[in-house]
Amino acid sequence: MKNELFKPEGLKTENPRRQFLKMSGLTVAGAGLLLMGCNDEDRMPNMGGKVSLGSGDTGILNYAYALEQLEAAFYAQVMMGSFFANASAEEKIIFGDLEKHERAHREFFKVALGANAIGDLEVDFSSIDFSNRNSVLAAAKTFEDLGVAAYNGAGQFLESADLLLIAGKIVSVEARHAAAIRDLINPNSVDFAGDDLIDANGLERTLNFQQVLTAASAFVKTEIDFSQLPR
Amino acid sequence: MNLIKLLDSICPDTNTAEEKDRFYSRRDAFRQFGDFSKKVALGAVPLSILTALPNVAKADTATLIGVLNYALTLEHLEYRYYQLGLDSGVIQASERPIFQKIRDHELAHVKFLTEVIANVLKGTPVAEPKFDFTVGGAFAPFSDYPTFLALAQAFEDTGVRAYKGQAANVMESDVVLTAALSIHSVEARHASMVRRLRTKKGLDTQKGWITNASIGSLPAATQAIYAGEENVSHAGVNVVSLTGIDAGAVSEAWDEPLSMNQVLDIAGLFLGTN
Repeated sequence: MKNELFKPEGLKTENPRRQFLKMSGLTVAGAGLLLMGCNDEDRMPNMGGKVSLGSGDTGILNYAYALEQLEAAFYAQVMMGSFFANASAEEKIIFGDLEKHERAHREFFKVALGANAIGDLEVDFSSIDFSNRNSVLAAAKTFEDLGVAAYNGAGQFLESADLLLIAGKIVSVEARHAAAIRDLINPNSVDFAGDDLIDANGLERTLNFQQVLTAASAFVKTEIDFSQLPR
Repeated sequence: MNLIKLLDSICPDTNTAEEKDRFYSRRDAFRQFGDFSKKVALGAVPLSILTALPNVAKADTATLIGVLNYALTLEHLEYRYYQLGLDSGVIQASERPIFQKIRDHELAHVKFLTEVIANVLKGTPVAEPKFDFTVGGAFAPFSDYPTFLALAQAFEDTGVRAYKGQAANVMESDVVLTAALSIHSVEARHASMVRRLRTKKGLDTQKGWITNASIGSLPAATQAIYAGEENVSHAGVNVVSLTGIDAGAVSEAWDEPLSMNQVLDIAGLFLGTN
């Protein structure tokens, strides 16, 4: 398929263990770290899997793809839960839309990345009660606010103007989602653009790769190596 | 656009390794500046550190000033609109806090952009234009609440598209790009809230996101604000064909940019004549 947005950067052939040691201070999921004492010949254990986002714009697209995978998986599960089954008409429309939007984002990034796309992440939503409205809305708020802060923080590292525009097209939709979810939680309040996110200059918070992936790691089993992302 | 190519085109005389280093490190220098400014920019714009700004080619600075003055013009428009709305008493009492919050953000954007243009980029911030929000008497936003809400939606959705359309023009400055993105998402939050508020009040059937290029129950004059929002293809990928998701939902999932000229045509409707 000729949908790749950029040329592959060439496969990195570094010894995966050395590379892992080099960046282990930055790894997100903890599972792999416990096994660093294994003998040198071992490749990294595949507990819960491990993906490497890669470098440059590819790495940043994979970062976005990882977040969209997480969001899409979450909303797919929301729609199978009893909160959704009993939700108000407005909430059904909103969650139905969000499921479609995030699935569309995920599938787009997958095809745009082509052979460079990371594999499927294994998610862990055991901390979310999909029968409970408060639990589902709180998780949705976390994911949407996180997505906005992630795109806002990553934009400066993109080298391609085309990719920057695509990220811009998506981040404002994530912000629209976030505002709607926050308004479902606290209707007709100022929380849709709350002071917890927006500073005295009227600027929304940004989060860096480590902050975002650390927050996401509560919901992802797969270890995500982001050591090659730009800094 | 590739950054290195961009810099080459701006600085064709960077032949020596030393010159290349100097120019190619500009993005890094901006980035360091950005990290520093984030640490101290909690309240006001940190004027004290502005001397840390690295050398920037004049052409780049002129571009940045131009884009930020364009953004400032739109922020002047939004701020003045909400301030006049709050002053007029047209806003339903229970919903005043929403518009006070939005007004506060727009005023903060005006101040922030003014400071960056004047004190970071050493340019001249545009003065606030004279606005006519009645468009020659066609609209009565400050005596009719549904009209106030309709124009608020129009301004917020325009703002989102306007910032998006300029991202590439400021991308060589990490500081300016990140600030623009951080304003852009705030405008999108406003837009979502105002759109949904109108629907909750029975004034429209719009959602927080834009379906196709629908203007809903907005005046026909707003069609230019939504033109192109029906797009479902990105980077050559038709996402409807790819996913089988309906075109309405796919169009909602990506917001589209507007060019500076398109936005100025829209905003021009609200500029006073004297």
